Amino acid sequence: MANGNTSLRERLSEATDKLASSSFVESVLRPGSPFKKGYSDSPRNRSYVIMNNVLYHLHPVKVKRHGVKLSYTLCLGGLSFFLFILLTITGIFLMFYYAPTVENAYTDVAALSTSVAFGSLVRNMHRWGAHLMVLVVFLHMSRVFYHGAYKPPREFNWVVGVILLLLTLLLSFTGYLLPWDQLALWAVTVGTNMAGFVPVFGAQVKFALLAGAEVTAGTILRWYVLHVLFFPFIIVLFMAVHFWRVRKDGGISGPL
Amino acid sequence: MADIPEDLLRRSAEAKAKALGLPVEQVLAEMKGEAPPTPPEPAKAAPAPEPAKAAPAPEPAASEPVTEPEPVAPEAPAAPAPVAAPATAAADVDVDELLKKAAAAGGLPESLVKRSAEAKAKSLGVPVATILAEMAGEEAPAAAAAPSAAPAPAQSQPAPAPAPAAAAPAAAQEVAAPAAVAVEDKPAAPSSNGGSNGSANGAKAAMVSPRPVAPDANVPEGVRTQRLLTVVKARAIQQVKADPTDKVNTWPHLMIAEFTALLAMTAFVILLSVILQAPLLEQANFNATPNPSKAPWYFLGLQELLSYFDPQIAGVTVPTIIGLVGFMMIPYVDRNPSTKPSDRKFAIMLYTIFLTGSATLTIIGVLFRGEGFNFAYPWRDGIFFDDLKDWVNFE
Repeated sequence: MANGNTSLRERLSEATDKLASSSFVESVLRPGSPFKKGYSDSPRNRSYVIMNNVLYHLHPVKVKRHGVKLSYTLCLGGLSFFLFILLTITGIFLMFYYAPTVENAYTDVAALSTSVAFGSLVRNMHRWGAHLMVLVVFLHMSRVFYHGAYKPPREFNWVVGVILLLLTLLLSFTGYLLPWDQLALWAVTVGTNMAGFVPVFGAQVKFALLAGAEVTAGTILRWYVLHVLFFPFIIVLFMAVHFWRVRKDGGISGPL
Repeated sequence: MADIPEDLLRRSAEAKAKALGLPVEQVLAEMKGEAPPTPPEPAKAAPAPEPAKAAPAPEPAASEPVTEPEPVAPEAPAAPAPVAAPATAAADVDVDELLKKAAAAGGLPESLVKRSAEAKAKSLGVPVATILAEMAGEEAPAAAAAPSAAPAPAQSQPAPAPAPAAAAPAAAQEVAAPAAVAVEDKPAAPSSNGGSNGSANGAKAAMVSPRPVAPDANVPEGVRTQRLLTVVKARAIQQVKADPTDKVNTWPHLMIAEFTALLAMTAFVILLSVILQAPLLEQANFNATPNPSKAPWYFLGLQELLSYFDPQIAGVTVPTIIGLVGFMMIPYVDRNPSTKPSDRKFAIMLYTIFLTGSATLTIIGVLFRGEGFNFAYPWRDGIFFDDLKDWVNFE
């Protein structure tokens, strides 16, 4: 400006320009990033946005036009993955305030509502998100079935998907016990009683699940580790295979 | 030729000098002088010295169809076939001049023209100079007419199909029908545009030098006079063919849809969590068994089955054999390749039965089971499902 005073907006844009052209930002952003200075919307740059991005692991540069239609996939697979991320974030938050012991578990969960900022909200999000994830994964499977999207060359990815559904159920079920209230205890009792009917190994399976003949103090630690470490680890491995196969098997399946 | 690295130029010059029996300096001097007459496209295309510039990555190249025609990409300007042309050292100078002219006229790199001419000369037993003079003289009108617009297709006289494309320059030259050029065997064919050659984009193209006017040539019938002059290398190791499917860029089209779904889901979960309080009953007590005891809702269908069947069936067989193994085997059992709903009524029917069945069982288990897991009506006896406890109390 003529009188030497610059408006806030001008100073802001100057600062962002300076930041965008700094060598640090240059080193962070790969060519074609829309956050890079001088980005222009061209077919080549649209390709680069994906190709030079970690998203390239998930998406090809181009997708079939019908795949973009919301009515085809309803985004259910992507939402399953997103709910998993959401549950991981909220779950890490909850881990800060929870000790998996018979003495502490229940009071810790109760304290989330009374003495932790946003504790109640985050716990609710974790719980409803988990129910929602079971539902969304199931709907995703149904969508895939009705589209016949498990047919060659995608047979194996369907198998991986069924395993992912199983792991989702196991994740949800192991989390069910952790509040250590009456609901948790008896739901798990009923659930593991079913496992006890496994032929031949029934008793052993039940014993391994409960770390005892019935739900005990050992069960809560066991299920906690399964819930926060073991199953998430396994499910991430299978998800990686699942997403990779989606791309390698030709992307989103064709229209009906 | 300014954009060709020095070492490449040297190798080219040395090879040429060796082949022609000339001093390297002379060839180099020639090269220095010959840059202007050579048309720009072939010169640029010649040894493809900058691979990085040519194709940064396969995908964008595939998505944007190649627009710049690269008429010829000779693998190396060197190594012309050793020629038994009856030319003296003095004649070579003339040959080079003619070569320049011919190349300029044809809009082609000299090395190609030269090899073409030499091959033709050899087959006809005529001095190279004669052929070159012919090319230079006769190609002039064609070069003026055709090459600037579409060098690749218009000039090519490829052996295989596209005879119509070649028809244009041929007609301009008032020579014989182009179809005859490629496979003509009769010496009577009055064609003479032998030097004109080219290649299709990137593809392998055999360039033929058809027999020119040579009434006295003593070639027996049935001897093909066409020759493979060069095989033009493909432009990339991987030939990416643009497939006809209708595609859009992931960015922004798919990403925006996904991001919207993500935001909507986040909003939904937060809204749900604000409205509905997750249940937390009294502390776990081994001595107080609630009535009824219910599993999480996604297992309630199974628990419902348990009340009808033997635990061995409902608790084990159904979930593991049917639920797990059966579902995994679906793609291997259903070998019907069609994805059309009208072609797979049976499969759809089965799945729909499963879907409605499990939904019904789950709903019964959630809402219609009361104390002692006996039937109950939710409007009369209340809801015995603690996951919904606070939701029901909300208001």
